Amino acid sequence: MSTTEIDRQWTTRLRRRAAGKLPPEKLLPDKQPSYVSSWIYVFGVTTLAALTVVIATGCLLAIRGPQWWHSSSVGLFVNSLHLWSVEIFFFAMVVHLWGKYFMAAWRGGRAMTWMTGVVTFLTSIGAAFTGYVSQSNFDSQWISTQAKDGINSTGVGAFFNVLNLGQMLMWHIVLLPLVAVLLTAIHVLLVRVKGVVPPFEDVPKATK
Amino acid sequence: MSWYGSFAALLPLDNLGHYLHWHFIDISIANVVVIALMVITFIAALLLPFPGRQRRKENP
Ligand code: HEM
Repeated sequence: MSTTEIDRQWTTRLRRRAAGKLPPEKLLPDKQPSYVSSWIYVFGVTTLAALTVVIATGCLLAIRGPQWWHSSSVGLFVNSLHLWSVEIFFFAMVVHLWGKYFMAAWRGGRAMTWMTGVVTFLTSIGAAFTGYVSQSNFDSQWISTQAKDGINSTGVGAFFNVLNLGQMLMWHIVLLPLVAVLLTAIHVLLVRVKGVVPPFEDVPKATK
Repeated sequence: MSWYGSFAALLPLDNLGHYLHWHFIDISIANVVVIALMVITFIAALLLPFPGRQRRKENP
């Protein structure tokens, strides 16, 4: 194979692009600027940690099934871990996004970081909602019957029926977690590519 | 009553929730409490000193 042929391979091109944008020392840095030593920067990674627990406990629930999580004490415990890690996830995410809002952290070509955050937030709300209607108890019946008219009035009822338990469960455990995890991965990689946004005073006048 | 039963009695969740009504705003007290906690956490994150910050300033 000639070198030009090797150069044209998609694996070569992708590797060069990835290594150029995200060399190992940028992907896993050992130092950050001094302004990062503030509690407000802890909330992104708190959200990430909570999401990890959400996914892990969700997998345990999937392995054992509803009979287990409704009736055994270990099942109820794992179910509670799943719920409470979601609570921490949203709590941390809101503090995180307030922090980024007041830093205007979309400055300097970081719009995609902000926007992937926004879409992850919306996806997570969908994931939480489909989770509430998938509990298979009176609570989920109440929530879905309360929600159906509002949601159907938007027209999405044709393919997203909140009274269809099987469909809601699949959205909850397949589609929405997939999107949320994928977007989160892109979000965090974008932070690594761009580096942490500098405070307002540090931005040179020309880029303001 | 079991130990967790008496613990649960501190926060009765079997009754109807309490709601705040203010003009068109209708919100449960539980949600108001969570929002207040998020605001407090946000302010605390900005004001509380971060461990290790001082040391790093001394030897940059
Ligand atoms: C699954 C939810 C999310 C996770 C796991 C997550 C995680 C992170 C992490 C680990 C960082 C780097 C550390 C930090 O600055 O805190 C970060 C940065 C950032 N996040 Fe998020 N985030 C999430 C949601 C959001 C949302 C909802 C927004 C706003 C709408 C957002 C906007 C940003 C921005 C703009 C940055 C870049 C900050 C900079 O360059 O300094 N994120 N995120």
